[in-house]
Amino acid sequence: MYDVLVVGGGPAGISAAVYLQRFKLKVIVIAKDYGALGQTTHIENYYGFEAPITGKQLVESGFAQARRLGVEVNVGEEVLAINGSEPFIVKTNIKEYHAKVVLLATGMSRPSLRVKGFTTLQGKGISFCGICDGFLYRNKRIGLVGSGDFMLEELDVLKNFSKNITIFTHGEPLKVDVKEFAVITEPIIELLGPETLTGLKTSNHQYELDALFIAAGTPSASDFAMRMGAFVNPKNEIEVSPTFSTNIPGLYAAGDCTGGLLQISKAVRDGAEASLAINKYLKTKTS
Amino acid sequence: MTIKITSENFQKEVMESPIPVILDFWAEWCRPCQMLGPIIEDISNELAGKVKVGKVNVDEEGLLANQYRISSIPTVMAFKQGKPTAQVIGLLRKEDLLKRLGL
Repeated sequence: MYDVLVVGGGPAGISAAVYLQRFKLKVIVIAKDYGALGQTTHIENYYGFEAPITGKQLVESGFAQARRLGVEVNVGEEVLAINGSEPFIVKTNIKEYHAKVVLLATGMSRPSLRVKGFTTLQGKGISFCGICDGFLYRNKRIGLVGSGDFMLEELDVLKNFSKNITIFTHGEPLKVDVKEFAVITEPIIELLGPETLTGLKTSNHQYELDALFIAAGTPSASDFAMRMGAFVNPKNEIEVSPTFSTNIPGLYAAGDCTGGLLQISKAVRDGAEASLAINKYLKTKTS
Repeated sequence: MTIKITSENFQKEVMESPIPVILDFWAEWCRPCQMLGPIIEDISNELAGKVKVGKVNVDEEGLLANQYRISSIPTVMAFKQGKPTAQVIGLLRKEDLLKRLGL
Protein backbone atom coordinates (compact mmCIF):
# COMPACT_ATOMS: atom_id res chain seq x y z
CA MET A 1 0.00 0.00 0.00
CA TYR A 2 1.34 3.41 -1.02
CA ASP A 3 0.44 6.61 0.76
CA VAL A 4 0.42 8.51 -2.51
CA LEU A 5 0.45 7.39 -6.12
CA VAL A 6 1.27 10.18 -8.57
CA VAL A 7 0.13 9.76 -12.16
CA GLY A 8 2.49 11.75 -14.37
CA GLY A 9 6.19 12.55 -14.08
CA GLY A 10 6.31 16.17 -15.22
CA PRO A 11 7.04 19.23 -13.09
CA ALA A 12 3.80 19.01 -11.07
CA GLY A 13 4.05 15.29 -10.33
CA ILE A 14 7.76 15.23 -9.51
CA SER A 15 7.62 18.40 -7.45
CA ALA A 16 4.78 16.93 -5.38
CA ALA A 17 6.58 13.59 -5.02
CA VAL A 18 9.78 15.26 -3.76
CA TYR A 19 7.90 17.11 -1.02
CA LEU A 20 5.79 14.06 -0.14
CA GLN A 21 8.94 11.96 0.24
CA ARG A 22 10.30 14.57 2.66
CA PHE A 23 7.12 14.18 4.70
CA LYS A 24 8.22 10.54 5.01
CA LEU A 25 5.31 9.25 2.98
CA LYS A 26 5.53 6.22 0.73
CA VAL A 27 5.31 7.65 -2.78
CA ILE A 28 5.37 6.23 -6.28
CA VAL A 29 5.34 8.16 -9.55
CA ILE A 30 4.03 6.45 -12.66
CA ALA A 31 4.96 8.22 -15.88
CA LYS A 32 3.90 6.93 -19.26
CA ASP A 33 6.59 8.93 -21.05
CA TYR A 34 8.29 12.33 -21.01
CA GLY A 35 5.01 14.13 -21.63
CA ALA A 36 4.44 17.32 -23.56
CA LEU A 37 7.43 18.92 -21.84
CA GLY A 38 9.69 16.21 -23.24
CA GLN A 39 8.87 17.48 -26.74
CA THR A 40 9.96 21.04 -25.99
CA THR A 41 13.32 21.87 -27.48
CA HIS A 42 14.06 25.21 -25.85
CA ILE A 43 13.27 26.34 -22.33
CA GLU A 44 14.51 29.82 -21.59
CA ASN A 45 11.95 31.24 -19.21
CA TYR A 46 12.32 28.92 -16.24
CA TYR A 47 14.15 30.15 -13.18
CA GLY A 48 17.82 29.43 -12.66
CA PHE A 49 19.10 28.13 -15.99
CA GLU A 50 21.60 30.43 -17.59
CA ALA A 51 21.59 28.64 -20.93
CA PRO A 52 18.47 27.21 -22.60
CA ILE A 53 17.77 23.57 -21.80
CA THR A 54 15.59 21.02 -23.54
CA GLY A 55 12.38 19.68 -22.03
CA LYS A 56 13.82 16.18 -22.17
CA GLN A 57 16.82 17.23 -20.06
CA LEU A 58 14.59 18.89 -17.50
CA VAL A 59 12.24 15.89 -17.25
CA GLU A 60 15.13 13.43 -16.96
CA SER A 61 16.73 15.55 -14.31
CA GLY A 62 13.39 15.59 -12.44
CA PHE A 63 13.20 11.78 -12.50
CA ALA A 64 16.81 11.56 -11.25
CA GLN A 65 16.23 14.11 -8.50
CA ALA A 66 13.15 12.28 -7.19
CA ARG A 67 14.94 8.91 -7.33
CA ARG A 68 17.96 10.26 -5.47
CA LEU A 69 15.63 11.36 -2.69
CA GLY A 70 14.11 7.88 -2.53
CA VAL A 71 10.95 8.20 -4.62
CA GLU A 72 10.04 5.20 -6.73
CA VAL A 73 9.68 6.49 -10.32
CA ASN A 74 8.36 4.11 -12.96
CA VAL A 75 8.83 5.50 -16.44
CA GLY A 76 7.18 3.75 -19.38
CA GLU A 77 4.31 2.36 -17.32
CA GLU A 78 0.80 3.43 -18.27
CA VAL A 79 -2.14 3.87 -15.89
CA LEU A 80 -5.27 2.40 -17.46
CA ALA A 81 -7.92 2.66 -14.76
CA ILE A 82 -8.41 3.97 -11.25
CA ASN A 83 -11.09 2.22 -9.22
CA GLY A 84 -12.29 2.03 -5.64
CA SER A 85 -11.77 4.76 -3.10
CA GLU A 86 -9.75 5.00 0.08
CA PRO A 87 -7.74 3.06 -0.93
CA PHE A 88 -7.77 3.55 -4.67
CA ILE A 89 -6.90 0.60 -6.88
CA VAL A 90 -4.75 1.78 -9.75
CA LYS A 91 -4.43 -0.56 -12.70
CA THR A 92 -1.52 -0.13 -15.10
CA ASN A 93 -0.38 -2.10 -18.15
CA ILE A 94 1.95 -3.97 -15.77
CA LYS A 95 0.25 -4.43 -12.40
CA GLU A 96 -2.17 -3.15 -9.79
CA TYR A 97 -1.33 -0.71 -6.99
CA HIS A 98 -3.19 0.33 -3.87
CA ALA A 99 -2.83 3.91 -2.69
CA LYS A 100 -4.52 6.04 -0.03
CA VAL A 101 -4.20 9.16 -2.19
CA VAL A 102 -3.97 9.59 -5.95
CA LEU A 103 -2.54 12.77 -7.47
CA LEU A 104 -3.36 13.31 -11.14
CA ALA A 105 -0.60 15.28 -12.86
CA THR A 106 -0.68 14.00 -16.42
CA GLY A 107 -0.64 17.31 -18.21
CA MET A 108 -3.29 18.64 -20.53
CA SER A 109 -5.69 16.36 -22.31
CA ARG A 110 -6.00 16.60 -26.04
CA PRO A 111 -9.22 16.28 -28.05
CA SER A 112 -9.18 12.66 -29.10
CA LEU A 113 -10.91 12.67 -32.47
CA ARG A 114 -10.84 15.60 -34.86
CA VAL A 115 -13.51 14.61 -37.34
CA LYS A 116 -16.80 16.10 -38.51
CA GLY A 117 -19.66 15.42 -36.10
CA PHE A 118 -17.46 14.68 -33.09
CA THR A 119 -18.38 17.77 -31.10
CA THR A 120 -22.09 17.86 -31.93
CA LEU A 121 -22.73 14.16 -31.20
CA GLN A 122 -21.04 14.01 -27.79
CA GLY A 123 -23.50 12.58 -25.30
CA LYS A 124 -25.75 11.64 -28.23
CA GLY A 125 -24.18 8.31 -28.94
CA ILE A 126 -20.53 9.27 -28.45
CA SER A 127 -19.24 8.27 -25.06
CA PHE A 128 -15.92 8.42 -23.24
CA CYS A 129 -16.84 5.95 -20.54
CA GLY A 130 -17.77 2.31 -21.09
CA ILE A 131 -18.48 1.66 -17.45
CA CYS A 132 -20.82 4.69 -17.33
CA ASP A 133 -22.71 4.23 -20.56
CA GLY A 134 -22.09 0.71 -21.87
CA PHE A 135 -25.21 -0.59 -20.17
CA LEU A 136 -27.39 1.73 -22.24
CA TYR A 137 -26.25 -0.10 -25.38
CA ARG A 138 -26.98 -3.68 -24.39
CA ASN A 139 -26.95 -5.83 -27.53
CA LYS A 140 -26.62 -2.76 -29.73
CA ARG A 141 -24.02 -2.00 -32.43
CA ILE A 142 -21.05 -0.48 -30.68
CA GLY A 143 -17.97 1.11 -32.23
CA LEU A 144 -14.82 1.51 -30.16
CA VAL A 145 -12.05 3.91 -31.19
CA GLY A 146 -8.53 3.06 -30.06
CA SER A 147 -5.55 0.86 -30.78
CA GLY A 148 -3.72 0.15 -27.51
CA ASP A 149 -4.13 -0.97 -23.91
CA PHE A 150 -6.66 1.74 -23.09
CA MET A 151 -8.91 0.45 -25.89
CA LEU A 152 -8.48 -3.12 -24.62
CA GLU A 153 -9.51 -2.00 -21.14
CA GLU A 154 -12.70 -0.42 -22.51
CA LEU A 155 -13.35 -3.47 -24.69
CA ASP A 156 -13.24 -5.64 -21.57
CA VAL A 157 -16.04 -3.56 -20.08
CA LEU A 158 -18.10 -3.19 -23.24
CA LYS A 159 -18.13 -6.86 -24.21
CA ASN A 160 -20.27 -7.54 -21.15
CA PHE A 161 -22.99 -5.46 -22.78
CA SER A 162 -22.80 -6.38 -26.46
CA LYS A 163 -21.13 -8.89 -28.74
CA ASN A 164 -21.60 -6.57 -31.70
CA ILE A 165 -18.49 -4.43 -31.32
CA THR A 166 -16.30 -3.04 -34.07
CA ILE A 167 -12.92 -1.54 -33.29
CA PHE A 168 -11.73 1.47 -35.24
CA THR A 169 -8.02 2.23 -34.90
CA HIS A 170 -8.46 5.47 -36.89
CA GLY A 171 -5.36 4.97 -39.02
CA GLU A 172 -3.15 3.68 -36.19
CA PRO A 173 -1.64 0.19 -36.29
CA LEU A 174 -3.30 -2.17 -33.80
CA LYS A 175 -0.87 -2.49 -30.87
CA VAL A 176 -2.68 -5.19 -28.92
CA ASP A 177 -4.14 -8.60 -29.61
CA VAL A 178 -7.88 -8.57 -30.26
CA LYS A 179 -9.84 -11.71 -30.95
CA GLU A 180 -13.57 -12.14 -31.70
CA PHE A 181 -14.09 -8.56 -32.87
CA ALA A 182 -13.75 -6.84 -36.23
CA VAL A 183 -10.92 -4.32 -36.47
CA ILE A 184 -11.04 -1.50 -39.00
CA THR A 185 -7.78 0.39 -39.46
CA GLU A 186 -8.89 2.99 -42.04
CA PRO A 187 -9.10 6.54 -40.69
CA ILE A 188 -12.53 7.78 -39.69
CA ILE A 189 -13.55 10.80 -41.75
CA GLU A 190 -17.03 11.63 -40.46
CA LEU A 191 -19.46 10.71 -37.70
CA LEU A 192 -23.03 10.52 -38.89
CA GLY A 193 -26.03 12.07 -37.14
CA PRO A 194 -27.66 14.49 -37.04
CA GLU A 195 -29.81 14.03 -33.89
CA THR A 196 -28.07 10.99 -32.49
CA LEU A 197 -25.17 8.97 -33.80
CA THR A 198 -26.24 6.61 -36.57
CA GLY A 199 -22.84 5.51 -37.82
CA LEU A 200 -19.55 6.62 -39.23
CA LYS A 201 -17.70 6.95 -42.52
CA THR A 202 -14.17 5.83 -43.15
CA SER A 203 -12.31 6.52 -46.38
CA ASN A 204 -13.81 3.42 -48.03
CA HIS A 205 -16.90 2.38 -46.14
CA GLN A 206 -19.86 3.42 -44.08
CA TYR A 207 -20.69 1.63 -40.81
CA GLU A 208 -24.01 1.72 -38.98
CA LEU A 209 -23.63 2.13 -35.23
CA ASP A 210 -25.74 2.92 -32.18
CA ALA A 211 -22.84 4.14 -30.09
CA LEU A 212 -19.19 5.05 -30.43
CA PHE A 213 -16.88 4.80 -27.42
CA ILE A 214 -13.61 6.71 -27.49
CA ALA A 215 -10.51 5.11 -25.96
CA ALA A 216 -7.81 6.41 -28.26
CA GLY A 217 -4.25 6.87 -27.05
CA THR A 218 -3.77 7.02 -23.31
CA PRO A 219 -6.46 7.97 -20.80
CA SER A 220 -5.97 11.55 -19.71
CA ALA A 221 -6.36 12.95 -16.21
CA SER A 222 -9.83 14.19 -17.07
CA ASP A 223 -10.81 10.70 -18.31
CA PHE A 224 -9.93 9.28 -14.89
CA ALA A 225 -11.53 12.20 -13.06
CA MET A 226 -14.79 11.93 -14.98
CA ARG A 227 -15.10 8.17 -14.41
CA MET A 228 -14.47 8.67 -10.70
CA GLY A 229 -17.16 11.33 -10.40
CA ALA A 230 -14.95 14.39 -10.07
CA PHE A 231 -16.01 17.72 -11.50
CA VAL A 232 -14.49 18.38 -14.92
CA ASN A 233 -15.23 21.66 -16.70
CA PRO A 234 -16.23 21.98 -20.38
CA LYS A 235 -12.59 22.67 -21.29
CA ASN A 236 -11.76 19.20 -19.88
CA GLU A 237 -9.90 20.72 -16.94
CA ILE A 238 -10.30 19.11 -13.53
CA GLU A 239 -11.91 21.43 -11.02
CA VAL A 240 -9.79 21.69 -7.88
CA SER A 241 -9.86 23.66 -4.66
CA PRO A 242 -7.04 26.14 -3.83
CA THR A 243 -5.22 23.18 -2.25
CA PHE A 244 -5.72 21.01 -5.35
CA SER A 245 -8.22 18.58 -3.87
CA THR A 246 -11.14 17.43 -6.02
CA ASN A 247 -14.65 16.64 -4.79
CA ILE A 248 -13.57 12.99 -4.31
CA PRO A 249 -11.87 12.45 -0.93
CA GLY A 250 -8.24 11.49 -1.51
CA LEU A 251 -8.17 12.47 -5.18
CA TYR A 252 -5.98 15.46 -6.04
CA ALA A 253 -4.95 17.04 -9.33
CA ALA A 254 -2.16 19.48 -10.17
CA GLY A 255 -0.45 21.09 -13.13
CA ASP A 256 -1.78 21.61 -16.65
CA CYS A 257 -4.67 19.14 -16.18
CA THR A 258 -6.25 21.70 -13.84
CA GLY A 259 -5.99 24.54 -16.36
CA GLY A 260 -4.71 28.05 -15.75
CA LEU A 261 -1.23 29.14 -16.80
CA LEU A 262 0.35 26.27 -18.76
CA GLN A 263 3.91 26.89 -17.57
CA ILE A 264 6.53 24.83 -15.76
CA SER A 265 6.72 27.35 -12.93
CA LYS A 266 3.00 27.08 -12.25
CA ALA A 267 3.08 23.26 -12.41
CA VAL A 268 5.96 23.12 -9.90
CA ARG A 269 4.05 25.41 -7.57
CA ASP A 270 0.86 23.32 -7.94
CA GLY A 271 2.76 20.17 -7.04
CA ALA A 272 4.29 21.74 -3.95
CA GLU A 273 0.97 23.15 -2.76
CA ALA A 274 -0.82 19.85 -3.39
CA SER A 275 1.81 17.93 -1.42
CA LEU A 276 1.19 20.05 1.69
CA ALA A 277 -2.56 19.46 1.45
CA ILE A 278 -2.07 15.72 0.86
CA ASN A 279 0.21 15.43 3.88
CA LYS A 280 -2.38 17.19 6.02
CA TYR A 281 -5.17 14.99 4.65
CA LEU A 282 -3.25 11.78 5.41
CA LYS A 283 -2.40 13.00 8.91
CA THR A 284 -6.03 13.74 9.79
CA LYS A 285 -7.01 10.31 8.42
CA THR A 286 -4.61 8.44 10.69
CA SER A 287 -5.03 10.53 13.85
CA MET B 1 -37.48 14.65 -1.25
CA THR B 2 -37.19 13.01 -4.62
CA ILE B 3 -39.76 10.68 -6.15
CA LYS B 4 -38.93 7.37 -7.77
CA ILE B 5 -40.27 7.54 -11.31
CA THR B 6 -41.29 4.33 -13.09
CA SER B 7 -43.19 3.67 -16.30
CA GLU B 8 -46.28 3.15 -14.08
CA ASN B 9 -46.28 6.57 -12.43
CA PHE B 10 -44.60 8.52 -15.25
CA GLN B 11 -47.89 9.71 -16.80
CA LYS B 12 -49.27 11.00 -13.50
CA GLU B 13 -46.11 12.38 -11.90
CA VAL B 14 -44.41 13.87 -14.97
CA MET B 15 -46.85 14.32 -17.87
CA GLU B 16 -49.73 15.58 -15.73
CA SER B 17 -47.67 17.53 -13.19
CA PRO B 18 -48.94 21.10 -12.70
CA ILE B 19 -45.41 22.24 -11.76
CA PRO B 20 -42.13 21.75 -13.68
CA VAL B 21 -40.38 18.40 -13.22
CA ILE B 22 -36.67 17.52 -13.13
CA LEU B 23 -35.74 13.91 -13.87
CA ASP B 24 -32.38 12.43 -12.96
CA PHE B 25 -31.58 9.35 -15.06
CA TRP B 26 -29.06 7.35 -13.05
CA ALA B 27 -27.76 3.91 -12.05
CA GLU B 28 -26.20 2.37 -8.93
CA TRP B 29 -22.90 1.52 -10.60
CA CYS B 30 -22.29 4.93 -12.15
CA ARG B 31 -19.90 6.96 -9.99
CA PRO B 32 -20.64 10.37 -11.47
CA CYS B 33 -24.34 9.56 -10.79
CA GLN B 34 -23.50 8.88 -7.14
CA MET B 35 -21.80 12.26 -6.87
CA LEU B 36 -24.78 13.95 -8.51
CA GLY B 37 -27.25 12.26 -6.11
CA PRO B 38 -26.81 14.66 -3.17
CA ILE B 39 -26.98 17.66 -5.54
CA ILE B 40 -30.32 16.43 -6.91
CA GLU B 41 -31.54 15.83 -3.34
CA ASP B 42 -30.49 19.40 -2.46
CA ILE B 43 -32.38 20.83 -5.42
CA SER B 44 -35.51 18.90 -4.46
CA ASN B 45 -35.44 20.42 -0.96
CA GLU B 46 -34.60 23.91 -2.13
CA LEU B 47 -37.29 24.05 -4.78
CA ALA B 48 -39.91 22.02 -2.87
CA GLY B 49 -43.40 23.04 -3.98
CA LYS B 50 -42.08 24.84 -7.07
CA VAL B 51 -40.38 22.00 -8.91
CA LYS B 52 -40.92 18.27 -8.61
CA VAL B 53 -37.73 16.18 -8.65
CA GLY B 54 -37.80 12.55 -9.76
CA LYS B 55 -35.19 9.85 -10.21
CA VAL B 56 -35.26 7.24 -12.97
CA ASN B 57 -33.11 4.17 -12.45
CA VAL B 58 -32.10 3.22 -16.00
CA ASP B 59 -31.41 -0.38 -14.97
CA GLU B 60 -35.02 -0.83 -13.93
CA GLU B 61 -36.65 1.56 -16.39
CA GLY B 62 -35.01 0.77 -19.71
CA LEU B 63 -38.16 1.77 -21.60
CA LEU B 64 -38.19 5.30 -20.21
CA ALA B 65 -34.46 5.65 -20.83
CA ASN B 66 -34.99 4.51 -24.42
CA GLN B 67 -37.99 6.74 -24.95
CA TYR B 68 -35.93 9.81 -24.10
CA ARG B 69 -32.83 8.51 -25.91
CA ILE B 70 -30.69 8.59 -22.81
CA SER B 71 -27.25 7.68 -24.12
CA SER B 72 -25.03 8.75 -21.27
CA ILE B 73 -25.60 8.95 -17.54
CA PRO B 74 -26.08 10.94 -15.49
CA THR B 75 -28.57 12.81 -17.68
CA VAL B 76 -30.93 15.34 -16.12
CA MET B 77 -34.04 16.46 -18.00
CA ALA B 78 -36.50 19.27 -17.29
CA PHE B 79 -40.18 18.97 -18.22
CA LYS B 80 -42.82 21.67 -18.34
CA GLN B 81 -46.42 20.56 -18.89
CA GLY B 82 -45.21 17.16 -19.91
CA LYS B 83 -42.81 18.47 -22.55
CA PRO B 84 -39.03 18.15 -22.28
CA THR B 85 -37.53 21.65 -22.15
CA ALA B 86 -33.87 20.91 -21.37
CA GLN B 87 -31.42 18.04 -21.19
CA VAL B 88 -28.08 18.16 -19.39
CA ILE B 89 -25.50 15.39 -19.59
CA GLY B 90 -22.79 14.70 -17.03
CA LEU B 91 -21.89 15.78 -13.53
CA LEU B 92 -22.31 19.50 -12.93
CA ARG B 93 -22.31 21.79 -9.90
CA LYS B 94 -25.73 22.73 -8.60
CA GLU B 95 -25.69 26.32 -9.88
CA ASP B 96 -24.54 25.28 -13.37
CA LEU B 97 -27.08 22.49 -13.50
CA LEU B 98 -30.00 24.75 -12.54
CA LYS B 99 -28.88 27.39 -15.04
CA ARG B 100 -28.66 24.89 -17.86
CA LEU B 101 -32.03 23.43 -16.94
CA GLY B 102 -33.50 26.93 -17.18
CA LEU B 103 -34.55 27.00 -13.51
